[in-house]
Amino acid sequence: MSEIEVLLAEVELLFLGREYPKGADYSRDRLRAAFAKNKDVHDPEKIKELISRGEFVVKELEALYYLRKYRALKKRYYETE
Amino acid sequence: MVSHKSRTGWILLLKFTLSDRGGRVTMSARVLVGVKRVIDYAVKIRVKPDRTGVVTDGVKHSMNPFCEIAVEEAIKLKEKKLVKEVVAVSCGPQQVQETIRTALAMGADRGIHVEVSGKDYETLGPLQVSKIFAALAKKEQADLIILGKQAIDDDCNQTGQMTAALLDWPQGTFASEMTLEADKLKVVREVDGGLETIKIKLPAVVTADLRLNTPRYATLPNIMKAKKKKIANVKPADLGVDVCSRLEVLKVDEPPQRQAGVKVETVDDLVGKLKEAGRV
Repeated sequence: MSEIEVLLAEVELLFLGREYPKGADYSRDRLRAAFAKNKDVHDPEKIKELISRGEFVVKELEALYYLRKYRALKKRYYETE
Repeated sequence: MVSHKSRTGWILLLKFTLSDRGGRVTMSARVLVGVKRVIDYAVKIRVKPDRTGVVTDGVKHSMNPFCEIAVEEAIKLKEKKLVKEVVAVSCGPQQVQETIRTALAMGADRGIHVEVSGKDYETLGPLQVSKIFAALAKKEQADLIILGKQAIDDDCNQTGQMTAALLDWPQGTFASEMTLEADKLKVVREVDGGLETIKIKLPAVVTADLRLNTPRYATLPNIMKAKKKKIANVKPADLGVDVCSRLEVLKVDEPPQRQAGVKVETVDDLVGKLKEAGRV
């Protein structure tokens, strides 16, 4: 069951990583490296911890993208005093 | 006043409750949200060498940011159970289906793709789109239309206003806050002098401003779920709309290049340069 969770987490991060400012390739390579590094972890507790870390990264990326967009639009469309 | 025992009194009461525009509109309300496929906000725009437009081939496109905010607001209303159905609409060629799918992944119930392609699409503007929306609003019996305040490619800021005018509906534009109370909408608008609060009756048109909400990200499970939702295909002719444009783009130019700055070594040099430029 946890294998599927890990897979879903990886795919989610892959999709999100496509919009990363440094480029889709950069984020995909970093993602692969990070997941490969933890390939041999079997302890379910440890896996849960890593998955929640993945979810944390998802939230961080979403916040990053939103702030970037908000700031760009604010700069373009609203008077800055 | 309420306990009319006379015959006319009862008939009036009955008529009021059976009317589909009075009283409890919101429980069965349908919201139409317009989403436009535009060049992604982060892409550096390049003008075509023949100066007839901008380069769109192979360029990253995404949903207009203000449209994202409009979709989010509609979904929020649905989550609060104030409206029953959210319908995402987009006008354009096959590719706009991606944009509709994004709206569906955010939580819209179904989509409508108004097929406009080729030359018609190149000249498609707010007037034709608002005619399309007005026709769709009547056909789908929508109670509320939420649009982005403007598109980041043409910056027209006209579609919402025109749609309201064509339907003779009230409008709440530049909405930074929206509250639905029975069949009235309280809209806080961002205007030059600050904020203006208005109350308008449904059915109405609202255009979303930047601070209305924070659009959610379409998560992978939702993207998968969205694949099952339906997108209907409609042609403008089916809605009785003529998409012929009355406008012709004469030319498109880049903004003037910024002059390169000059670096100086000492303060004396700076003063010298300023004197040269006649500034001192």
